[in-house]
Amino acid sequence: MLQEGHQVSVLDEDAEALALLEKNQDQAWEDLGGQFTVGTALEIDALLEAGIERADAFVAATDGDNTNLVIAQIAKRRFNVPTVVVRVLDPARAEWYSQQGLSTVCPTAVAIDMLQDAVRAEVKG
Amino acid sequence: MYIVVVGAGKVGWNLARELIGKGNEVTVIESDASRFAMVEEELEHAVHYGDGSELWVLERAGVARADMVIAVTGDDEDNILICQVAREKYGVERVIARCNNPRNLQHFELLGIKPAVSATDLILRLIEHEVPRYGFLHLLDLPQERLEIIEIEVAEGSPAAGALVKDLGLPDGSLAIAILRHGTGFVPLADSVIEAGDEVLIVLDTGLETKITERFQPPAEAA
Repeated sequence: MLQEGHQVSVLDEDAEALALLEKNQDQAWEDLGGQFTVGTALEIDALLEAGIERADAFVAATDGDNTNLVIAQIAKRRFNVPTVVVRVLDPARAEWYSQQGLSTVCPTAVAIDMLQDAVRAEVKG
Repeated sequence: MYIVVVGAGKVGWNLARELIGKGNEVTVIESDASRFAMVEEELEHAVHYGDGSELWVLERAGVARADMVIAVTGDDEDNILICQVAREKYGVERVIARCNNPRNLQHFELLGIKPAVSATDLILRLIEHEVPRYGFLHLLDLPQERLEIIEIEVAEGSPAAGALVKDLGLPDGSLAIAILRHGTGFVPLADSVIEAGDEVLIVLDTGLETKITERFQPPAEAA
């Protein structure tokens, strides 16, 4: 997203996560124009520091479904972020919350589809 | 009542035991295998193994026919979601959530999960009860309705001591609803006499505390 010219702010509880962002990059993340904040997602102060109030889009993609679903609703209802996308591994909850109006992405469901397609292609071939 | 308790930690386990003892039907859900095994020895079929924030686990526990769901895991986001799903997907009318970190209470409120019970807040409140800062105890707070009920002791030499209820001079927006005296209580009439040593229960609009307490304390110069 940063390379496409958007302003991107990353919030992670692990300060080391910055190293991942900079892997295979010539420049430091912040020199590239990115922002990085250390903190946990449920901390309002951390969200504010990461600039949630002026965000056009918010992506909740921590490794916890429940955390993502709560934080996404906070982004939407409290901070009125126009676009909110949530990663939910559990297909059942991804489906129900998308019916409730959250834009959910379920990597499990995507992987199942891809695996099925791969199997069908093999069988046909 | 049929009650689903999510989380069989210290809170959940003891809660389940008490609720069963009072004649309720209870299912406890615990996601940690060794904890589950331990609790199962006592509660047997009343405890289920699984992640209580997953829909099928809740469904297996019969969430749809539950009269109440109580989420007392150690994770606030789990407790929020469990209660949200129980109420909004399965139509459970009453939910209670445990709030582990009082700073997260705002998230419970935002998502309409109430009541949220925070042990830290309760202890802070108990401290206030035990060591009242302003000479009164908060018995009940209804923050949304901006009402509270306090209990206040009538000090010797205060304006209230020896006064009739109608002459108490309580501000508008407050009302004396009960008097506790010598271990019994009664609902006062306008001409009931208030005695020093009585404890008076007052319902009031939030914010009137100081105006009320001054009626029950001796005048500053006499103190």
